[in-house]
Amino acid sequence: MRYIVGFGRFWYDFIVGDSAVLALGGVAVLLVGWGLARADYAMLAEFVLPALVLGTLAVSLRFR
Amino acid sequence: MLSGALLLGSSFLASTVEMVEALTIVLAVGLTHNWRTALLGVVAALIALAVVVGVLGPSLVHWVPLDALRVFIGALLVIFGLQWLRKAILRASGLKATHDEEAIFEREVAGLSGAPVKAGAVEWTGFVVSFKGVFLEGLEVAFIVLTFGTNAGRFDLAAAGALLAFVLVASVGAIVHRPLTKVPENAIKFTVGLALVSFGTFWGGEGIGVDWTLGEATLLLLAAIYGLAAWGFVSALRRSTERRVLPVMGGASE
Repeated sequence: MRYIVGFGRFWYDFIVGDSAVLALGGVAVLLVGWGLARADYAMLAEFVLPALVLGTLAVSLRFR
Repeated sequence: MLSGALLLGSSFLASTVEMVEALTIVLAVGLTHNWRTALLGVVAALIALAVVVGVLGPSLVHWVPLDALRVFIGALLVIFGLQWLRKAILRASGLKATHDEEAIFEREVAGLSGAPVKAGAVEWTGFVVSFKGVFLEGLEVAFIVLTFGTNAGRFDLAAAGALLAFVLVASVGAIVHRPLTKVPENAIKFTVGLALVSFGTFWGGEGIGVDWTLGEATLLLLAAIYGLAAWGFVSALRRSTERRVLPVMGGASE
């Protein structure tokens, strides 16, 4: 059990680290981009993706 | 060609940062216990890492569709890169203490000093500390080599960057026998963070169906945009910190 908890904690630290906003934001960015590409707005996604990445970083710095 | 150079450079820089951190731990074990223990820990960790890369690498390439892999890896790279970038921004703006290899070294040495030591014999505590340090830092290197190599289809370049970093850091460590405090770790983390986020956005975008108008040149554009924004964040955070500090100083002088 100790090893399972340790394994889980390792991956949590590896992916979430000290900001859950970045982990959630990273996934949300690609989900939104995927939605845009599906709706035939792939061109728009070229601008939206970087903007959302920067937005995620800004929010994580604001609520540090 | 362009992404190849960026890939090699990013892999080299990211690996250098992680290996400097691992070297600090290995040096602490070598100096407090003995070099045999420290080096055995390093060798065991390198074998374990080789197994991880050897098992995961081919499995990823052969069993997972490339687009799905690009989305998954893109998300991980964006998250991982943003973590590095965030830390580098907070350090550059003075809101987080800079990574101090000397302090980490002293802490490791103090922690290991109490353990009994026999000259020349392999000490279990020292072995575990050395193994853990190299394995955990090495996992980050393995992650970068695997993701970059798989996505770009260039394991050779990604691995060459890591190998170059290993040779460089190990050679310097063997010569100086002290933690490498002169390495501009925050500047490197800043650069690597930018590279990881740029690659993550680019590959993640390709995976979800974005056909980047500028092709590979998009990577440079993304790195430039993210770099400018990060610089802006550092300036803004510095200003807000100064505004908070100045009234306190004014109040104290009254």
